[in-house]
Amino acid sequence: MRSTSLAVANGEFVAIVGPTGCGKSTLLNIAAGLIAPSAGHVDIFGTRLAGLNRQAGYLFQAEALFPWKSVLDNVAIGLETAGVERSEARARAHDWLTRVGLRDFSPRYPHMLSGGQRKRVGLVQVLIRDPKILLMDEPFGPLDAQTRQIMGNLLLDLWSADRKAVLFVTHDLEEAIALSDRVVIMSAGPAAHVIDEWKVRLPRPRDIAEIKTERAFQELHRDIWRVLKAEVLKGYAQTGGG
Amino acid sequence: MSRSKLLILQFLVAAVAVLLWHVFTTIPIAGVKLLPPFFFSTPSDVALRIVKWFAEGTIWRHLWITFIESVLAFAIGSLAGIMVGFWFARQPLVAAIFDPYVKMINALPRVVLAPIFALWLGLGIWSKVALGVTLVFFIVFFNVYQGVKEVSPTVLANARMLGMNKGQLMRHVYWPSALSWMFSSLHTSVGFAVVGAVVGEYLGSAAGLGYVIQQAEGVFDVAGVFAGMVVLTVFVLSIDWLVTLAERRLLVWRPVAAETRT
Repeated sequence: MRSTSLAVANGEFVAIVGPTGCGKSTLLNIAAGLIAPSAGHVDIFGTRLAGLNRQAGYLFQAEALFPWKSVLDNVAIGLETAGVERSEARARAHDWLTRVGLRDFSPRYPHMLSGGQRKRVGLVQVLIRDPKILLMDEPFGPLDAQTRQIMGNLLLDLWSADRKAVLFVTHDLEEAIALSDRVVIMSAGPAAHVIDEWKVRLPRPRDIAEIKTERAFQELHRDIWRVLKAEVLKGYAQTGGG
Repeated sequence: MSRSKLLILQFLVAAVAVLLWHVFTTIPIAGVKLLPPFFFSTPSDVALRIVKWFAEGTIWRHLWITFIESVLAFAIGSLAGIMVGFWFARQPLVAAIFDPYVKMINALPRVVLAPIFALWLGLGIWSKVALGVTLVFFIVFFNVYQGVKEVSPTVLANARMLGMNKGQLMRHVYWPSALSWMFSSLHTSVGFAVVGAVVGEYLGSAAGLGYVIQQAEGVFDVAGVFAGMVVLTVFVLSIDWLVTLAERRLLVWRPVAAETRT
């Protein structure tokens, strides 16, 4: 990755879109403090980040639930590590699971759930800690199209209740526009960097499925795609894929 | 195939084998018994011997000794394996330094250690326990080591992002992962604990199933040898069944049994 600068305002939903292998995940991991940048720095609310970003919640692309913990314990653990009493943590985990429609699944183990259900557990596992910043790395990538829409709407629903700053990485431009306030386009790697960004001025609350039929959405999509397409083709040329 | 049908067929295999054994050792064919009873005994003699052992109650003491030796070997071997496995997995340098020696000792056929243990620890139960420990230790050690090493990096990153400190990572991530690997090799390690005990007894002792078999062999009492083997088999099977029960309780969260290293 090359010199890249990105600022996210409090309560802003920013989507990062770019071709495969452009370093989107690296950017998130740096913001999370999981890896240190080779040069440059991360400021969180004006404070220089050293070590792990304690104010951020991270929803991973790959399976990240603890397979040996029940759904309820998976959600409650984030509070327990913060020093909340176990019974209290479990009660609150139960409330959160009810909010995402998984109340009856709390005694089960992750492998007994569908991919979409596991993502919902992952989402509340992060949200229960009430992080100020939400980092999401293609969280709905492995899901089928319908489930993605449902998850997107659920995410917007939960987010609108108390707006956190969100950094949402995806390779799906439609998803990016439908969800975010701002779309950031990254160039193909190596030496990837931010090339351009667009404000998304679509009204909220939004419905992911319906918003795609609106004219403003389609025009924005066309504009961004013109830029993104070139990068995607560059990316293919480099990896020899297609 | 239905379960009952399968059971019947499985039972038939044993019935046919015992029947053939019986026929060849008792009924002369063309004037000769194909399997001389002196070398092969007969099913009825073996059965009578087993009944006699249990009726007189002499066998219980030997079973108990073998059981205690196996349990001790398993407990001590597992504990040591868990501790060293964790230590090596968390300290790659230590693991690298000891690596050739671990491989060396593991490559050694453990039977040759039995006389040395007998010399060091006497002919009581502890020389047998020691032999079992050397067998169990390596299985548990390798699995725990692997379990700690193979924690998914995503799960680990997630745990850190959820605010776990070192101790919590140990308790909520490394420990369950290592345990699941260890439990997946439970059948093997328990089996080896019994092997260690019996082989140790066989090579020099005053009690235990291995001793019973060895004594019978010493006086060409083939019925006694076979009876000892049957009792040993049933003993191992029942322990294995207990392990299965424990496993079912402890590994509910697992989709399918994972591969193990033995």
